[in-house]
Amino acid sequence: MTITELSPGLTLIVGSLVIPLLRGRLRSCYMVLLPLLGLAHLAQLVTGDHGVVQFLGQSLVLLRVDRWSMVFGWIFMIATLICAIYALHLRSPLQATAGIAYAGSAIGAVFAGDLLTLFVFWELTAITSVLLVWAGGKVSAYRAGMRYLLIQIASGVLLFCGAVVQLNATGTLAFGHIGLDAPGGWLIFLAFGIKCAFPFLHNWLQDAYPEASEVGTVFLSAFTTKLAVYALARGFAGTDLLIPIGAVMAAFPIFYAVIENDLRKVLAYSLNNQLGFMVVGIGIGTELSLNGTAAHAFTHILYKALLFMSIGAVLYRVGTVKGSELGGLYKSMPLTTVFCIVGAASISGFPLFSGFVSKSMILSAAGHGSYLMTWAVLLFASAGVFHHSGIKIPYFAFFGHDSGKRCKEAPTHMLVAMGIAAFLCIAIGVAPGPLYALLPFPVDYAPYSPSHVIAQLQLLMFSALAFSVLMWTRIYPPELRSVNLDFDWLWRVPGYTLVQRTSSAVRYMRQGFDGAWYRGLDSLTALAVHYHGPSSGLARTWSIRSMGIWVLVLLLAYLLLYYL
Amino acid sequence: MNHSTEPTKPSGGRWLDRADNVRKVYYSVWVACALLLVGELFIDKHGETAIESWFGFHGLYGFVACVALVVAAKLLRRVLMRKEDYYDDH
Repeated sequence: MTITELSPGLTLIVGSLVIPLLRGRLRSCYMVLLPLLGLAHLAQLVTGDHGVVQFLGQSLVLLRVDRWSMVFGWIFMIATLICAIYALHLRSPLQATAGIAYAGSAIGAVFAGDLLTLFVFWELTAITSVLLVWAGGKVSAYRAGMRYLLIQIASGVLLFCGAVVQLNATGTLAFGHIGLDAPGGWLIFLAFGIKCAFPFLHNWLQDAYPEASEVGTVFLSAFTTKLAVYALARGFAGTDLLIPIGAVMAAFPIFYAVIENDLRKVLAYSLNNQLGFMVVGIGIGTELSLNGTAAHAFTHILYKALLFMSIGAVLYRVGTVKGSELGGLYKSMPLTTVFCIVGAASISGFPLFSGFVSKSMILSAAGHGSYLMTWAVLLFASAGVFHHSGIKIPYFAFFGHDSGKRCKEAPTHMLVAMGIAAFLCIAIGVAPGPLYALLPFPVDYAPYSPSHVIAQLQLLMFSALAFSVLMWTRIYPPELRSVNLDFDWLWRVPGYTLVQRTSSAVRYMRQGFDGAWYRGLDSLTALAVHYHGPSSGLARTWSIRSMGIWVLVLLLAYLLLYYL
Repeated sequence: MNHSTEPTKPSGGRWLDRADNVRKVYYSVWVACALLLVGELFIDKHGETAIESWFGFHGLYGFVACVALVVAAKLLRRVLMRKEDYYDDH
């Protein structure tokens, strides 16, 4: 078996196991070299199904190389490289090992050609990534990690059940287009939906990501949800239901983002909102919209990682990312501020930044396909995302009210990682050609027309105007130390109480039952002792004569019965 | 973690620290918006939907959307906001 027969995910997973064995500079070099090796591995791959293994009468495809898997493979590997550089300050090897193994699992899943292989890597992403949440170190991180793990594993179990149903009905585990009507379709749809943070299934994201370590959040932001987007695009392209789901996803998190105080949580909500755009693109299911989804996943991974890296650098230097406690950091961290603004401009879709060339494909597809309501919601979400991610994040962290906090600029390796991401954000925005060439379908789309540019600039500048006016007039809600209830309230408060009550009721019932059971057992023992105990009638010593009579009676009875 | 923060006196030298400069930034946003509206006169603005060719549609939509968003979010706070330690027991 040659290297072109092996999944590049395995390169990272196996390679990550070596990290704990290395120390100091050697480990740093190795951590950067490993994703570079992965990139070289990707470049060697040839289109087609490779690494086919026979297992229980099924052929598993460990490496399916086509345009879909390649575009996600490339961006996942680039993200791994950026994350690895960003993580170089860590002394403990745990996070780097878990993070790179997690990235490898996601890449393995992207190249999986059948549902069983997908399931294995799907669950591996959950197990490896929870370590990054726990690395946050607080008790709240531990608890959020447990909730995260439960939900992620549940998604895997649903996927497995769906795969079994499909196998039963069709006799194959192949992972192609599935659709809701297929056997097991709904189970698989739900499994993907959980990982993709569909509305009401979304809350693990905003719960766990802000609790992870500064490095962990950057890793987490790149892989899990985009893996789900990839899986949905493969299995459920053109499913109408995804259009309203995506529209709701794009719109509702921005309300939360406006009032949220924890800036990493703001970014988690905006991540959710960006996924909404991609899900709409999958739902529309035309070549333009699917290209838009793939392109948007690509650019999104870069600018979202960039935003999380800049806020992570603030967390690393200042120790908090609460909007209510930050402000004026541009004086201490000028480069981080610039990188954050590049990320903010990209997510907002400013012309010449990456978000512009990808998001507009989805919007055009929605407008073109006469999904007018969806289009209007997405336009609203575009304005909203600029409002909270584009302005709020840089404003409250780096400008705004000067908190008086002074710290050092981010460490060099963090600046390098942010620099690479920022460069790619601008490069893709200025020259989208190479990205378009990677997309699943041939691209016939020109983002830069005077009409489109001025329309987008108007949308964004007037949103900025709204922010400025609201700030100037002090209508804008201030950042307050608080938490906002979201859907997870259901299981964290009433759900928790219900479980508590149920378990105490069960305990009470068990005590009652055990009591009755032991009482019954006691009286049975007493009865046995009464008749069979040492001093009971049945246990006393009998004379040989009466024994002989009884044996005679029994033998006679036997004889009698035999002749009858 | 590397927390090297110490509260110091605000340095007065930065351009943005002066109130009149903040005012300049504020008014420049107004000017930028006005320029974008003027700019629209010189191009043929069109889009996938008919409504996009209306004069100033995107600007108006962005402004109204953001004000509505903030007002709605502010109202939502009344329902959703809890103290920071709300979940500590859960």
